[in-house]
Amino acid sequence: MTRHTLSVLVENVPGVLARVSGLFSRRSFNIESLAVGPTEHPEISRMTIVVSVGEQPLEQVTKQLNKLINVIKIVELEPDSSVQRELLLAKVRADSSVRSQVLETVQLFRAKVVDVSPEALTIEATGDSDKLDALLRMLEPYGVREMVQSGMVAIGRGPRSITATAVR
Amino acid sequence: MTSANTRQNPVPAAPPGHRPKPAPPNGAPVKATGAQSLVRSLEAVGCEFVFGIPGGTILPTYDPLLDSAKVRHVLVRHEQGAGHAATGYAQATGKTGVCMATSGPGATNLVTALADAQMDSVPLVAITGQTARGMIGTDAFQEADICGITLPVTKHNFLVTDPAEIPRIIAEAFYIASSGRPGPVLVDIPKDVQQVTTSFAWPPETHLPGYRPTSKPHGKQVREAAKLINSARRPVLYVGGGVIKADASDELLSLAESTGIPVVTTLMARGAFPDSHSQQLGMPGMHGTVAAVAAMQRSDLLIALGTRFDDRVTGQLSSFAPDAKIVHADIDPAEISKNRPADVPIVGDCKDVIADLTEAAAAYRQEETPADLAPWWKQLDGWRETFPLGYEWPSDGTLSPEHVIERLGRISGPDSVYVAGVGQHQMWAAQFVDYEKPRTWINSGGLGTMGYAVPAAMGAKAGVPETTVWAVDGDGCFQMTNQELATCAIEGIPIKVAVINNGNLGMVRQWQNLFYAERYSQSDLGTHKHRIPDFTMLAESLGCVGLRCDSREDVDSVIQRAMEIDDRPVVIDFVVGKDAQVWPMVAAGTGNDEIMAARGIRPLFDDDEG
Repeated sequence: MTRHTLSVLVENVPGVLARVSGLFSRRSFNIESLAVGPTEHPEISRMTIVVSVGEQPLEQVTKQLNKLINVIKIVELEPDSSVQRELLLAKVRADSSVRSQVLETVQLFRAKVVDVSPEALTIEATGDSDKLDALLRMLEPYGVREMVQSGMVAIGRGPRSITATAVR
Repeated sequence: MTSANTRQNPVPAAPPGHRPKPAPPNGAPVKATGAQSLVRSLEAVGCEFVFGIPGGTILPTYDPLLDSAKVRHVLVRHEQGAGHAATGYAQATGKTGVCMATSGPGATNLVTALADAQMDSVPLVAITGQTARGMIGTDAFQEADICGITLPVTKHNFLVTDPAEIPRIIAEAFYIASSGRPGPVLVDIPKDVQQVTTSFAWPPETHLPGYRPTSKPHGKQVREAAKLINSARRPVLYVGGGVIKADASDELLSLAESTGIPVVTTLMARGAFPDSHSQQLGMPGMHGTVAAVAAMQRSDLLIALGTRFDDRVTGQLSSFAPDAKIVHADIDPAEISKNRPADVPIVGDCKDVIADLTEAAAAYRQEETPADLAPWWKQLDGWRETFPLGYEWPSDGTLSPEHVIERLGRISGPDSVYVAGVGQHQMWAAQFVDYEKPRTWINSGGLGTMGYAVPAAMGAKAGVPETTVWAVDGDGCFQMTNQELATCAIEGIPIKVAVINNGNLGMVRQWQNLFYAERYSQSDLGTHKHRIPDFTMLAESLGCVGLRCDSREDVDSVIQRAMEIDDRPVVIDFVVGKDAQVWPMVAAGTGNDEIMAARGIRPLFDDDEG
């Protein structure tokens, strides 16, 4: 079982997320993360789906996804040839006694403080999962009061566009 | 899938060169209500029959439907019957079947039929009414999220929110249903969308950027397959329902005859290759012939055509055809290597694939002498001779169900259409009727829907009115959907029903006999003991002729009598013994090598090596 990142271009129509997520549960494939958003073409949305499966089930996943009428194109993005990012927002306990230490960690990870109050800081960080995990490990001793993390989004490196050929 | 005469193209194809100026209703938009637009769209795609029941939210559509000269509506008694009738129509004609229902329970009653069509890849369009747009999501009266409910059991579905989109969506629905791997498509139309004034224009511009079915096979793959075919010593053509859907029976015959390779036809492919042909080994799978099952187990090359390595064919997958290389051709890429990895995958329409394979195989034969199949045929003939299909007469003097079905097939002949329910009678009908032509055997293979036969036979008969259509049903199945006989009687659709009445849920009883220590839990319907219902009286009350037969001497004459009646549906209550079992059998979960030719008789595969 390895992690695979699929970029799925879909028609921007109601119900498409249900079709995709329903397919995964129906065929017993596990989604690790899923992110949906617009693309440069208003009629196309892009899903980034991370799945943990072997090679053969992966082929089934993509074939079954391809059968959905609203799915236009599927591209697997390899970690080496793509940029993969997640967004983390974390509210960390940080009164005046430890605030400077927390800020140091924030700087180290090139994260940002987006909200501050006498007892806590809210930190915004982007990166791949390893980086965000490392940041969280560093913040945990201070006390993470609340956190929220996005699904992964990814884009291939280089000049080529996967959306360009999908639009006619 | 398929050839020009069966594929329904939503947009009339323009002749090469120039496009004639379209006459109305083609071309210029005209004012219409959503409902009128829907009916005109159905007319424009060539829909001849709609099976359905009106109700609150679909009422606006039933109004213009009354005036349509092209679309005939058949008023069924239950929406499930509408769905199966549309399926039977599609299976018999190759055209797209259409059913219609109202929102809520009307729509949910279609679900079984949609799931059935999805499993058996039947082109179907279901049109349902929906609560008015403003009420959706409020738990309104007769509201059901039918798009959500049918998402896993349809090829695609649409909720129409803009009346102007009706022509486009109907054209797309028919195109999706009938092209590529066919399947059911549901179109859900809110009541107010049917009522408002909009404009209708035909042909509409379709927009399906994510739907591009492949039909032309890849030449390199075909040559690769042909090379394997030429050198295989124990090849088998493993033929599935896709061959019938692709109208590729003629191509299959050429391929089989030019290569001399034996053919097995799955439950969905009975009739794709003539049963009278010397290269036909019969049906493979759980209740297949010993020859067909053994051929696949001992094969070195399976040429799988429009078939999906279903568990009922493969048995335990790990021990299925252990020495065989696999050439797998299917129009649905997701089927290839789904259950069994293919050595040579070919994505394409079976009609093109088989024609190309035939040509490529011929070319290889010129270059290199093909492998000698004589030893293989000697082995196959040995199995055929030693373990032919057969049955024994019940020792208690009751009528043999196999005999009834066999005689029915002989007397009615290969030009008739046979539609089965699900269970023992279905297997016997697949085994003991000889099928010579495609689309003469119709059944619920994938979903195994009891109650399929009567409504599906009704739809088939509507589609091919000049043909004799027999529903071969069980007494359990028959009690699920026989109300559609009223529809048949009133609408003038004279089907014939042979109820193989053993008083029990026969297949359940067989399994209880074999695997549950003869503990017959809830499988006795009491149909024999109490004669409840009395099928002849039931038939008469539904406007049919009711006949009964419980002795061997009367079998032929009662079938003859039924054959002579064509102004009304006929039901024959064949009272048969309850202990007959379907053989051969590969028990569920075991390997195909464990096939039992009959109770206690396991062909000894160890002896036939060499």
